[in-house]
Amino acid sequence: MSTEMITLETPRRLRFEIFRFNPEDPSSEPHHQTFELDEQPFMTLYIALNRIREEQDPSLQFDFACRSAICGSCGMLVNGRPRLACNTLTRDLGETIRLEPLPVFKLIGDLSVDTGTWFRGMAEQVGGWIEEKAPFQAHAEEERMDADLAQAIYEGERCIECGCCIAGCGVANVNPDFVGAAGLNRIARFMRDPRDARSEDDWFEVVSDENGVFGCIGLMGCHDVCPKELPLLEQYAYLRRKMLGAAREEERT
Amino acid sequence: MKIQTTDVLVIGGGLAGERCAIESATAGHDVTLLSLVPPRRSHSCAAQGGMQAALGNCVKAEGDEPTVHFLDTVRGSDWGADQEVATIFAHEAPVAVRELAHWGVPWTRVRPGKNTYFIKGEKVEIEEPEEKAGLITHRDFGGTAKWRACYASAGTGHAVLYAVDGEVVRLGIRVLDRVEATTLIHEGGRCWGAVSRCLRTGELTAWLAKSTVLATGGHGRIYGQYTTNATINEGAGAVLALETGEVPLGNMEAVQFHPTGLVPSGILVTEGCRGDGGFLLNRDGHRFMVDAEPEKQELASRDVVSRHMMDQIKRGHGVASDFGEHLWLDLRHLGEAHLRTKLREVWDICRDFNGLDPSKAPIPVRPIQHYSMGGVRVNKDGEAYGMHGLYAVGEAACWDLHGFNRLGGNSLAETVVAGRVIGARVAERTAAASLSVSTDVAQSFLADAAKRIALWRDRPTTGGNVYAVRDRVASILNEKVGVFRTGDELEVAVTELEQAQRDIQRVGLRSSGPGVDPELTAAMRIEGMVRLARITAIGALERTESRGAHARTDHPTRDDAHWLNRTLARWDAEADAPRLTYEPVGLLDLPPGDRGYGQTLQKSMEVSIGRYNECAPSEMRAHGALPTDEPMGARMLWGAWKGHEHRPTRPERNE
Ligand SMILES: Cc1cc2nc3c(=O)[nH]c(=O)nc-3n(C[C@H](O)[C@H](O)[C@H](O)COP(=O)(O)OP(=O)(O)OC[C@H]3O[C@@H](n4cnc5c(N)ncnc54)[C@H](O)[C@@H]3O)c2cc1C
Ligand code: SF4
Ligand code: SF4
Ligand code: FES
Repeated sequence: MSTEMITLETPRRLRFEIFRFNPEDPSSEPHHQTFELDEQPFMTLYIALNRIREEQDPSLQFDFACRSAICGSCGMLVNGRPRLACNTLTRDLGETIRLEPLPVFKLIGDLSVDTGTWFRGMAEQVGGWIEEKAPFQAHAEEERMDADLAQAIYEGERCIECGCCIAGCGVANVNPDFVGAAGLNRIARFMRDPRDARSEDDWFEVVSDENGVFGCIGLMGCHDVCPKELPLLEQYAYLRRKMLGAAREEERT
Repeated sequence: MKIQTTDVLVIGGGLAGERCAIESATAGHDVTLLSLVPPRRSHSCAAQGGMQAALGNCVKAEGDEPTVHFLDTVRGSDWGADQEVATIFAHEAPVAVRELAHWGVPWTRVRPGKNTYFIKGEKVEIEEPEEKAGLITHRDFGGTAKWRACYASAGTGHAVLYAVDGEVVRLGIRVLDRVEATTLIHEGGRCWGAVSRCLRTGELTAWLAKSTVLATGGHGRIYGQYTTNATINEGAGAVLALETGEVPLGNMEAVQFHPTGLVPSGILVTEGCRGDGGFLLNRDGHRFMVDAEPEKQELASRDVVSRHMMDQIKRGHGVASDFGEHLWLDLRHLGEAHLRTKLREVWDICRDFNGLDPSKAPIPVRPIQHYSMGGVRVNKDGEAYGMHGLYAVGEAACWDLHGFNRLGGNSLAETVVAGRVIGARVAERTAAASLSVSTDVAQSFLADAAKRIALWRDRPTTGGNVYAVRDRVASILNEKVGVFRTGDELEVAVTELEQAQRDIQRVGLRSSGPGVDPELTAAMRIEGMVRLARITAIGALERTESRGAHARTDHPTRDDAHWLNRTLARWDAEADAPRLTYEPVGLLDLPPGDRGYGQTLQKSMEVSIGRYNECAPSEMRAHGALPTDEPMGARMLWGAWKGHEHRPTRPERNE
């Protein structure tokens, strides 16, 4: 059968230049360490990093969970660009691969960063939940929702909080309180949701400063690096429209 | 090393743990939730397919109701389920789904007017009525009489987990991520919390709690890379419970395999591919399922397809690769347009992980471990057998609505239903409890944990490699405790796994860096994982029948005369092997019969159902079941199913 067999002719010798630093170890200094590995067919950075740890340096730190581009654990800089490591095939990269932790987030060690604390903080800052209009009625029929609206909300819901957009954002790199593209997306997602009790004015309070929508300079460094291809441009435009509308309203009253 | 107190300690931040935590937090308790990863990265996020709840909103779901869901669940379980738990589950699922809507899940909704669906590969048009517009809609899933799976586009688990975690954040629940529970603190059959190790700093903490909840998910990773599960699904909850020496694990031999795991990554390729008309081919490009199952072909039930696939490989019709043999899933005839819209996730997965275009090339697949029906055995209140104050929920638990085969979509539903129902019990019990344990107990468990780490660190830096032991266990399980099993192979597996456990003695750590050392973390888990593997293999060897996912080629009959029971495995302190006992499955209402699909050989019960039910409660007590708030059977709806008799005639499709 003329299908692609899972074998490669002569494997490439890959060179990994990996950022190393263990903040828990007083003798550790930030540096890059080089590892070499024979490429194997369909090798992802998930496979490569695990092989390096298991065969060469058992102390190497990095994060993976789902290894299928859905949990958002494995964002890192690959040749300087933020992306998920688990769905990056080495065959799409050159022979020398530089891996560094995402900036902005607190470093845990080597390639591992603390995105969890950042995203929980962001969720608290923007109120990333439904503010209910009335208490839940266990035995009532669910509130109806237009099928297209549900789909539109879902589009914003698809963010996996990998942090790539935050790492790639010039503003987030200098202002630790800026909610970033992921935060703006989350706000837009809840603003669109008719189940949420917050009015545009309430949202205005939350996001209309330099940590929110008016902090963003709109150059879209975030948009191109989002591995889930979220419509960040649209979400941002939607928010600006809403917030400028609310601002004009405020001026009039 | 420090000691902390909290009212409720929840170990695990997936759907089950978080939903359970919400219940206690709402009741005003101080709740602490520990998780290996930020909760939103728990494996619950990976579920795409859907969540079963009998709302009956779309045309193909008309007439659905919880009793029909109950029937499907018990049949799916091959009568291994606890029927009272299945009743509670089926009746609570609609409420749980609506509550999730209230918390913001963007459930896909009924679109009135003409809708195009794929049914058995055929395009079908169905008119959805105006009066149902905007209600939560359903999709078709395996082994169900009605369309029942509620879904949020292609990301159900993700959307649900984010909504539930949003509630957790709103309530301000204390969540500590990158923290691993390593031992349960217990004394005289009462659990008082756990010792944890911080995965940022390596620091140990003893958590003293009035109630402790295990919500650690499945243990698919004992199969190593041969699983659809995340790397963090290593069965910590089962190991913690087992190590107490008191708490049994239920039905560990009941392991679900999914036919189409992507090779080599093991990532799940959804069954929707075959639902929409995809073919399975062997190395010669031959559609072997047409010969094997002329009637149902590729859409025979999941266990049946998996068995035929393994059979092809064993008979030399597999495709050789560096990663072992595989078969092909061929979607080329469906065309690019269909693949890029209706099967978008599959398209992305093929592109990202294999660099292939499924409209031009077939996809390499093989059957692979997918779901753990077995787990920490609990009563209907969710309380562990033999251990007061310890609860288990979600995939980590054997609450037991799945028996020997869980239906697709029932697992996500279980996590939130159990979180609600068991969570409410936990909150009530916590209100009535006081923390009457001395800090000496906590100190001694802390000291033990520290000693365990010190012993690892003191080992010579040469010695065996911990990852080699892990890989060895995985390949034994994958080769000999897989889709279908025989006594001969299982015996070999049991012996080899014993050897693997002995090999741990010779493992050394090559690194012992300060802080959290990933090799040490792996080493601390290995003993527990090998124990789970041994229990799985021994349970499978002892169970000389075929039931649900447990398929013995040397014992192909489902034997209700001898095996209408649940395996309980304990590991007594100091013992070098597990101890198996068997308890009744629970009270029977729907009598054992034909599932309507899958295997047909059956041996009938020798006692009457009345007699079985008379003995069940006391026997279960004798096996460690703690008393429940309502007596056993109080929630049974005796005979309710009689008005809903049906036989699912369609093949089973699971996610
Ligand atoms: C690819 C895939 C697709 C699926 N699709 C579906 C579907 O469509 N429908 C369906 O119904 N089911 C599906 N399932 C099954 C379902 O997703 C899971 O059974 C369910 O989500 C398990 O939820 P949980 O809360 O029990 O555990 P998990 O979500 O796995 O969470 C476990 C939690 O425990 C924590 N933890 C583990 N060990 C420790 C420890 N030692 N200390 C502290 N914390 C710990 C982890 O950090 C994590 O937070 C699918 C499963 C897979 C693998
Ligand atoms: S548009 Fe630029 S400033 Fe705004 S969030 Fe994106 S990267 Fe940051
Ligand atoms: S918006 Fe995209 S890049 Fe940013 S966190 Fe979400 S998924 Fe990642
Ligand atoms: S490991 Fe989950 S996104 Fe990469």
